[in-house]
Amino acid sequence: MKINTNSNTYTIIYACVVVIVVAFLLSFASSALSPKITANERIDKQKQILSSLGISVPQDQVESTYAATIVRDIIVNDKGEVVDTTGGFEIAIKEISADRLPFYECRVDTTTKYVIPLVGKGLWGTIWGYIAVDADCRTIYGAYFSHESETAGLGALMAEKPFQDEFKGKSLYDESGTVISVVKFGAKQDNPSMQCDGLSGATLTTNGITDMLRDYVGMYRQYLNKQSSTNQ
Amino acid sequence: MSQLFSKANRQVFATPLGLNHPVLVQVLGICSALAVTAKLEPAIVMGLSVTIITSFSNVAISLLRKTIPMRIRIIVQLVVVAALVTIVSLVLKAFAYDVSVQLSVYIGLIITNCILMGRLEAFAMMNGPWESFLDGIGNGIGYAYILVIIGGVRELFGAGTLLDHQIIPTSLYDAGYVNNGMMTMPAMAMILLGCVIWAQRALTKDEQK
Repeated sequence: MKINTNSNTYTIIYACVVVIVVAFLLSFASSALSPKITANERIDKQKQILSSLGISVPQDQVESTYAATIVRDIIVNDKGEVVDTTGGFEIAIKEISADRLPFYECRVDTTTKYVIPLVGKGLWGTIWGYIAVDADCRTIYGAYFSHESETAGLGALMAEKPFQDEFKGKSLYDESGTVISVVKFGAKQDNPSMQCDGLSGATLTTNGITDMLRDYVGMYRQYLNKQSSTNQ
Repeated sequence: MSQLFSKANRQVFATPLGLNHPVLVQVLGICSALAVTAKLEPAIVMGLSVTIITSFSNVAISLLRKTIPMRIRIIVQLVVVAALVTIVSLVLKAFAYDVSVQLSVYIGLIITNCILMGRLEAFAMMNGPWESFLDGIGNGIGYAYILVIIGGVRELFGAGTLLDHQIIPTSLYDAGYVNNGMMTMPAMAMILLGCVIWAQRALTKDEQK
């Protein structure tokens, strides 16, 4: 019997069968690979946090180094209260809000460091980063930035070492409430301890970084103040 | 066995590498060729992914070609390609996470790569699975080697490295050599691609037409 492949019934049945077969195939592939993908995403996030502390290790040592370095991952809010004493790491970068802020306490060569995450908008898409501060909660120990889709060779330079190293040793914020900012590349800096050279040709990306620093340091300030007075 | 590699079949494999090259002659798939070639590693992974997807989608469509209703054939082709692309993207996320982050949306955009739809429509719908497989591999490799050439040149002159290994010696940098930042921009990929097309046209001038 010859089937008429152009009849309506055949076309509809054919489309349904194809879609169902493909759906099965894809859900099988997805569920088979998802544990590995989640693990990769976890390791990637741990790598980013370690990178802000100036630690870079091979892929297979990331998890053990992270476990040895990060002492606590607590959740705080913008009023300076501790919401939860664990689980900060589980908050995805895009789910951070003023009443659920992850705060990492770390131990690097017997000194205590704190890491806070930052999220903002660059020119084309989301940008994010981690800032590590010393026990005084002011002096920047290291920074890590990354981005979704900034222009290669311009804004994308924010993810490279030379730019991130500029933050080292500067102060995150001061009593008057000024937060560290990124200024135009080469411009005269009136307050060098709180300003970083920007990226040439990427003014909008660096403005995004400045906004992100202002917003997030603003939210963390109460807790950082509290923490630094406990430490003294 | 000899039939599998007959003259006609070898031709099917070889023409997309030269006279009917998908990128150089048909000028298809340019967008991703410009976007992922700033470094060599993503260019290789992208080329490999496209080769796998073209060959297997060609085989799948070729096996189904007698059953596909004419009116929804493009949709069926798209579904097959999209399924393969999703699987490749999942595999990359599981086994080559860093590269998959670098390639970001471009793996997903293989679905819209004109080379794929072109080969499915023009070849797999009319030929057997083995010929279609060869055609897919040929077109994929044709696309991949252009990516590798452009990615290699851009990484070498833009960053002084190849596959992240320093190639240009530090003594040269001390002597005043600087990396060409222009190479890291997509515009430079366009110019390089133009040069490759020029060279290929000049070399095969007599065989064309």
